[in-house]
Amino acid sequence: MVSAVFHGPFEAPTPSATVPAAAPSTSKSIAASDPTTPGSVPIDMKINAHGTPPAPAIDWRGAARDIWAAVLPPVMGLALLIGLWAIVSTVTKGSIPSPLDTGKQALDVFADPFYRKGPNDQGVGWNVLMSLERVAVGFGLAALVGIPAGFAIGRFHFLSRMLNPLISLLRPVSPLAWLPIGLLVFKGANPAAIWTIFICSIWPMIINTAVGVQRVPQDYMNVARVLNLSEWKILTKILFPSVLPYMLTGVRLAVGTAWLVIVAAEMLTGGVGIGFWVWDEWNNLNVKNIIIAIFVIGIVGLLLEYALVKIATAFTFEEVKS
Amino acid sequence: MSDSLTTKFIEISGVEQTFKTRKGLFPALRDIHLTVAKGEFVALIGHSGCGKSTLLNLIAGLTTPTQGVLLCANREIAGPGPERAVVFQNDSLLPWLTCYENVYLAVERVFGAGSKTVGAPSENKAQLKARTDAALALVGLSAAALKRPGEISGGMKQRVGIARALAMEPKVLLMDEPFGALDALTRAKLQDELLEIVARTQSTVVMVTHDVDEAVLLSDKIVMMTNGPAATIGEILKVNLPRPRNRVLLAEDRQYVQYRKAVIDFLYTRQAHVEKTAA
Repeated sequence: MVSAVFHGPFEAPTPSATVPAAAPSTSKSIAASDPTTPGSVPIDMKINAHGTPPAPAIDWRGAARDIWAAVLPPVMGLALLIGLWAIVSTVTKGSIPSPLDTGKQALDVFADPFYRKGPNDQGVGWNVLMSLERVAVGFGLAALVGIPAGFAIGRFHFLSRMLNPLISLLRPVSPLAWLPIGLLVFKGANPAAIWTIFICSIWPMIINTAVGVQRVPQDYMNVARVLNLSEWKILTKILFPSVLPYMLTGVRLAVGTAWLVIVAAEMLTGGVGIGFWVWDEWNNLNVKNIIIAIFVIGIVGLLLEYALVKIATAFTFEEVKS
Repeated sequence: MSDSLTTKFIEISGVEQTFKTRKGLFPALRDIHLTVAKGEFVALIGHSGCGKSTLLNLIAGLTTPTQGVLLCANREIAGPGPERAVVFQNDSLLPWLTCYENVYLAVERVFGAGSKTVGAPSENKAQLKARTDAALALVGLSAAALKRPGEISGGMKQRVGIARALAMEPKVLLMDEPFGALDALTRAKLQDELLEIVARTQSTVVMVTHDVDEAVLLSDKIVMMTNGPAATIGEILKVNLPRPRNRVLLAEDRQYVQYRKAVIDFLYTRQAHVEKTAA
């Protein structure tokens, strides 16, 4: 089954979490462990001799070091990417545009993201919004169907036995394989793209919700049985709160997949959307815009993920996490 | 009828419990005959794996016996219900509800609108709130009412569990090693509180324990169980110590020491634990 645990990119070693432990907190250790600032030692001693606390002057240095330690690794990572990109650009003699050229182009693109010059020539802002709208509609429909289905499958063994083979069979199918069916049934590009999003985001939500329901501690269910709670009370007071973290994991996985799939789906269906934009710029042989689109897709995906991780942690209880 | 009810409030006759496992059938309990009188405090004691929790779950109605009949107030125990409240080994509070809400959930079910209690009119919100506050006050936790279980100590959580059970005004209070997970000092304090509460509410209690002192101090009757598999009741010891009981005075009481010795003798001499049965 799908692992239903929170491990977002933002939960793994965040700088703010690791730095305080690593950064020396006392003035002495800074002075002793920092050979690049020999001047700090006499200053430190002088202040101490006057009996005033040495903390403020030294803490600025400490804070600067903290920020430096927090910022340096990601900056170096970004520098590595841009460096490699520049090398590839030189080796291919400019058929992959250089970071500088792309940056200049990006300034142009983002100067006016919401222009409209006909159906096939719109600003990058419109393209992103259209894609987000498709994801939202497809994903919303999937949540409406998938979460209740997950509850039912988790709660009733019979349903689980009945539907698990179907899920196992359909889940590995690439969502794009469903696109022609969508086109056939809905007779339109836009509903077909939404249908593709629907089909790809429903599985993680069904599976995670069902797993969450199955993993509700037996103790809680025993409490429900002893109190003879109604099915509605069981759902609202016991099942829903304890399943919520699993459900939100499913939602997160679903949104991630949906954002991956929308680009491919739009390339095939056309219209307005970030995927279509990539394909259109390819047809125009405007590689700079393709690279810009890659960055835009990445950043939007990152923001979606970040928002959902935040929501998930806000709704998770300590007891449930452990 | 009423006379037989007071002496045979809970009646267990010929109960046998077999579990289906991967290795085949596992006989947990056999040939259990036991009666509990109204207002009686009964302790089930035995080595781990002897099926004392299984027996408690049967009385609670959480499981049904393979054979035999369990009666409570002359009615067959067909399933769990609020008239037989359970205090679980781990507190089993819902971590997303405050202590107040945890108790209120039970109170609302038993006394609120839509409760299945026949004859009693459903109470309004103020009455339900009063019951909940009273239950928390009974275990001395009024101050912690708005805290979540994650914010209070293990002993306090267990007290909320007891408050939740008592607030339902159950006919029988079933306790599954309620103090097993607590340190010795907290345990002693809660035992004293329980003695006091039971004396005040005249509750009928069945409690699973593996603590000899706890059993002798609290109960009117100690049910000693043989080792599993296919465990049964080895001996029943009546504890005729006057109430209220004081643990400090009892520590030197000759009768108390004799009761204690009888239980220890049963557990460690005649039913010396065979490790291979523990699972």
